[in-house]
Amino acid sequence: MANSAEFRTCPDTGLLFHKPAETLMKLNAVAGIVFLLIGGVLGLLMGLTRWPEVHLLSANSFYMLLTAHGVGVLIFWIIFFEIAVLYFTSSTLLKSRLATPRWAYLGFVLMVAGSIMTMVAIFQGRSSVMMTSYVPMSAEAHFYLGLILFAVGALIGCFVFLGTLVIARAERTYGEGSIPLVTFGALTACIIAIFTVASGAIILIPTFLWKVGYISYIDPLMYRIVWWGMGHSSQQINVSAHIAVWYAVMGVVFGARPLSEKVSRTAFLLYILFLQLASAHHILVDPGIGSEWKIFNTSYAMYLAVLASMIHGLTVPGSMEAAQRKRGFNKGLFEWLRKAPWGNPTFAGVFLSILIFGFLGGISGVVMGTEQINLIIHNTLYVPGHFHATVVGGTTLAFMALTYWLVPVLFRREVILPSLAKFQPYLFGIGTIGLSLFMMGAGTLGVPRRHWDIAFSGALFNHQYPETAYFLLGLAGLSAILAVIGGGLFILQIVGSVLFGRRRGETKSAIPLIAQPVGPGFQGIGIGGISVPGTLVLALVFLTAFVLYYFVNWKYLSQTWGLS
Amino acid sequence: MSLSPPAERLWWKEPIEGVELFWVAIALVWAIVMFLMMPYWHVYGNQNLSSEAYRTTPERYTRKVQAMVDQYTIRQETERNIPVVRPPAGSDVYLLARLWEWYPVLELEKNQTYRLHLSSADWQHGFSLQPENINLQVIPGYEMVLKITPNKSGAFSVVCNEYCGLGHHLMIGKIYVK
Repeated sequence: MANSAEFRTCPDTGLLFHKPAETLMKLNAVAGIVFLLIGGVLGLLMGLTRWPEVHLLSANSFYMLLTAHGVGVLIFWIIFFEIAVLYFTSSTLLKSRLATPRWAYLGFVLMVAGSIMTMVAIFQGRSSVMMTSYVPMSAEAHFYLGLILFAVGALIGCFVFLGTLVIARAERTYGEGSIPLVTFGALTACIIAIFTVASGAIILIPTFLWKVGYISYIDPLMYRIVWWGMGHSSQQINVSAHIAVWYAVMGVVFGARPLSEKVSRTAFLLYILFLQLASAHHILVDPGIGSEWKIFNTSYAMYLAVLASMIHGLTVPGSMEAAQRKRGFNKGLFEWLRKAPWGNPTFAGVFLSILIFGFLGGISGVVMGTEQINLIIHNTLYVPGHFHATVVGGTTLAFMALTYWLVPVLFRREVILPSLAKFQPYLFGIGTIGLSLFMMGAGTLGVPRRHWDIAFSGALFNHQYPETAYFLLGLAGLSAILAVIGGGLFILQIVGSVLFGRRRGETKSAIPLIAQPVGPGFQGIGIGGISVPGTLVLALVFLTAFVLYYFVNWKYLSQTWGLS
Repeated sequence: MSLSPPAERLWWKEPIEGVELFWVAIALVWAIVMFLMMPYWHVYGNQNLSSEAYRTTPERYTRKVQAMVDQYTIRQETERNIPVVRPPAGSDVYLLARLWEWYPVLELEKNQTYRLHLSSADWQHGFSLQPENINLQVIPGYEMVLKITPNKSGAFSVVCNEYCGLGHHLMIGKIYVK
């Protein structure tokens, strides 16, 4: 056991913080939020450029800043924050010292150095290759080198997490049983992260060597297949991590326990086994790939990872419903939901995250990942529409929600402007919903992604997209403004609170920061023997939407030119 | 709760809640339905990709395109005199993607089937047929072949929807269906 002087007990939550772990969590979270700020501002510029009536940036700047936007938020913001989540779920939740803090600092330094190096390369203007940097188009050598350094740093973070699990187990810091469900979810994210970083290394190191002249040729199709082992899997880290956050927040706000440990953990296990296969989503209309390969991989073997997500989609709100019903909100189908703390940004953010990730991100992702349906969606604006729902509405919103809780717990400060915090998640959530839906709509009408001018002025030929597409792009621009205002308010509040919020001191405050755990069992709650009927109704509504939308897209597909 | 170790040490022996079991069963059925839809469409649907493709080089592929252009050009369009090519129904037609154009313009017959070849002379490009919204990845070094059967007549645009550098948004071609 480490020196007890290195630990701090949070008076409000009883959580035990190992001081080096605490510092590292703060550093990683702050670095993440810096990139969220950069990425958000760039996102606004993207929205305002793709809004045809505004068309803000020049083509050069648009492609350069789009590259920076993608890399900045899809890789840097998310992974910095996830490293903080890994340290929290291992060291803090297991009441253990963090393994090898010096290595963890080294990892952080590498991540900072790498992310700055890549951003500098992009802003120098000769690396406008998009996040995907498809060969044979090439970026500057330090664009790749920065990503490689960042990945090595993140990999060190993953192993520090694993080492901490080993220490906690050996020192019996959390008793004799299994690790908490939230830590189990984080472990899933960590395993996927290691796979992701390995794929990234396998493709980016040769690409770097190609750029500096040691390798003569990188096969562009092979590049795509291996690169997406990193590009798509990095987003699967997010899925596992933000679902772990969903469970965590339900525990914090309601004292909720999972409906059953077995089902929730099995669902995470399915992620470990099958989620990675989805890199195939990006290869469905590539030359020479066999249909059997596509069908097996694009469907995560047999939609087994989708099955897992649908399970979490039931069990996370289900755990909340059960907890609420046990606390007395047991009337009717939805009293538990009506009486939820809608003004608490930690809860509101997570609930919106579940809705947006499930209804928009989840359904659209499965539909467009269907082998044949991908033909009418690949590389249209539908694709960013989809992943803004998953990564912005799902992951980012969940991380924001958790951050509201971390400000008093980790930083020991009060959140400034609490009345603003009440509606910030809604502003950000509604903006993101609009952004995703309108981009998907425009994509359905054929509008391409990563495209500066769909009016083709100055081109040899012309193509007139429907008026509706222009209208939808305008609405997407407006939604981007809304989402960026919401995101800006978040950053203002968090930075303001961490710097200027009233110190909480080391005494327990009157308002509890963590709910008392509810007891086990489902006696006396629910309707007619069903313990969580409200969640079941919501789940069935979700399924109906899913089935209808799925077959509508087959109908669209059936009307196009014959292809074989 | 979710933040602490399971209350029951032998959590894997606890019974599963009925609602969960019911939902898992429904979700699994739906997963199987979605899985089977893809092979079903290969048998009964009309929109499937072949996996026919060949390794090629920009030079070799460009020669094939030019041979078709030399044989079947019927007129030229735009100030750059882009050839409009009308190959016989059922034949092999070639489309070349390069910075920043689709070469040549094709003229096809409605309800006839053609073997469309696609490749790139330089970077990756995206074949996006509008307003049909059929989208394919075009990769240098690979010649993709698929049978296409236009079921509507009109002037279709081929937009590039894979970012290919500064002139990406100027890269647009045409396919006419008579």
